[in-house]
Amino acid sequence: MMELVVNARGLTKVYKMGEVEVEALRGATLTIRRGEVVAIMGPSGSGKSTLMNILGCLDRPTAGEYFLDGAAVATMNDDELASIRNHKVGFVFQSFNLLSRHSALANVELPLRYSGMTNGHRRERALEALTAVGLESRVNHRPTELSGGQQQRVAIARAIVNDPAIIMADEPTGNLDSKVGKEIIATLLRLNKERGTTLIIITHDAAVGEQTQRIIRIADGMVVDPSEVAA
Amino acid sequence: MNMSQLLLEALESLNSNKMRSGLTVLGIVIGVAAVISMLAVGNGAEASITGSINQVGTNLLFVFSGGSQDVRPRTSRPLTLADAAALMDPFAAPHLQGVAPALQGRGEVVFAGETKTTDILGVTPVYESVRNIKLLEGTFISEDQYYGHASVVILGVDVADKLFSHRDGLIGETVRIEGQPFRVVGVLAPQGGSAFGSADNQVIVPLTTAEARLVSRRGGEGTVDILFIQAVDFQAVPAAAEEVAQILRTRHRTPVGEDDFTVFTQESILNTIQSVTGVLTIFLGGIAAISLLVGGIGIMNIMLVSVTERTREIGLRKALGARKRDILIQFVTESSLLSLIGGIVGIILGWLISFAVGRIAAATGNTFTPIVGFDAILLATVFSAAVGLFFGIYPANRAANLEPVEALRYE
Repeated sequence: MMELVVNARGLTKVYKMGEVEVEALRGATLTIRRGEVVAIMGPSGSGKSTLMNILGCLDRPTAGEYFLDGAAVATMNDDELASIRNHKVGFVFQSFNLLSRHSALANVELPLRYSGMTNGHRRERALEALTAVGLESRVNHRPTELSGGQQQRVAIARAIVNDPAIIMADEPTGNLDSKVGKEIIATLLRLNKERGTTLIIITHDAAVGEQTQRIIRIADGMVVDPSEVAA
Repeated sequence: MNMSQLLLEALESLNSNKMRSGLTVLGIVIGVAAVISMLAVGNGAEASITGSINQVGTNLLFVFSGGSQDVRPRTSRPLTLADAAALMDPFAAPHLQGVAPALQGRGEVVFAGETKTTDILGVTPVYESVRNIKLLEGTFISEDQYYGHASVVILGVDVADKLFSHRDGLIGETVRIEGQPFRVVGVLAPQGGSAFGSADNQVIVPLTTAEARLVSRRGGEGTVDILFIQAVDFQAVPAAAEEVAQILRTRHRTPVGEDDFTVFTQESILNTIQSVTGVLTIFLGGIAAISLLVGGIGIMNIMLVSVTERTREIGLRKALGARKRDILIQFVTESSLLSLIGGIVGIILGWLISFAVGRIAAATGNTFTPIVGFDAILLATVFSAAVGLFFGIYPANRAANLEPVEALRYE
């Protein structure tokens, strides 16, 4: 029995650009099971980013229902959303988004600070996450002293440190050369196997898509091909 | 996040842009230093003035002729020597220790071609004890000299300096006052300024002599301009003032509320001066506070720039689970820290400025010490912290209300 981590029905998102209303999502419906690895693919302007923002609880849908790990996210207020992001979602961004003033360790500790964890416990968890991505020897380096691949691995450590229900990776290889990109995808897949964390990769890259268990294709704000790849 | 961590992170953030943080802090430093030093100068001025009044003697009262309101000339009587004598009644006025009537005028004092225009004060021998007169040399006017209409004079130090260029060895010299020869019998010790002009720029002669030869009298024989009255001690001053008023009202037969004389106490003069210097202090402090306000606007400006610059960072923090409150506190902590550091440095700088002002005053011969009060320090600290908080809240609020999606997309 595979339990649903993501259960979204009829997601609609309307942006107001001045006078004009733009429908970025038009009733997208999708489900993702716990522990699954899926890719969300689609051309620019298909509503891919909007879907990712809503699935990652950064934004609320205009209409539709969304349950993340059993929690009804669509009706939550800002602070509740912040708490859900903190506990249930780990983000990996294309441009890493590390704080340049802080060491790798401090960057990984950041989500735990907002969960109100004590100093000692936090440090222990952050070290464990950095070890899991193979950066135990770089904990006190600043992002500027690390290579692109190492920076993205710090970002992955930051994403897993709070043991989230899903990891949202938005073009995680977009700023890396193909060799390093492969290592990053390999790291993400390995963590999925080891920890059973659900992994959602938003990508343009068909080669990345092929390594996942299932590709969800988006076009014109709708899910056009939720076809399942054999697990 | 706990307090020390917040502070540490705010410090790191401010430290990452030292030049900008430094210049922003400078605005607050200047504001706080201005407030501290201006209040210190104001308080110092007040203390200096009240100090010189206290030197004159706090148990002193002055009585002038003329009422506080318009008094009908028909019923207005001048003060007289007889009034002065009546006040020395130990039964009617038990709180009075001495009464010194005096005539005031102005005239030229000449010695060997040097001329000095000065106040001429005609007094009785009791003036010495009532005003607590100190002499550099010589003796005060004696009873014999008083009753004998003697042509003797006591010089103030300014007069001595101008006529003789020195202050000692003047006893026995003869000066001319309004063309008439007077023998110098004493020189007053320097006193500095007082409520009624400089006590150093005057000459003192026997009242009888002044009346007969120097000061033209408006009210006829026996009238005087002013009564200096000494109460037995400081606490007795209000009672003494009441006794003086009672006796003079009876003698002048003035209706109630139409006194033709005015009693001043040192206390009332002190009150007047303190309210004047109080206004001065508030005025100076107010101007200084404006510069603190400008410093606060500087903080707001820089925090707004900082929020814009760090939009992506704010977006990231929100994505990682920071609530509005967390972001708000982060930025308010930074702005408060800026103004707190500015406040502390400003207090030190303000104290140094006050100290320098005091040294400059001392070097130019004024005994004037600016006083950095605890209240001024407290005021500046509270005010600068409030400025940081007030001007920090708007930018912090703007940061806290950023939408995470848009903040993350910001380039």
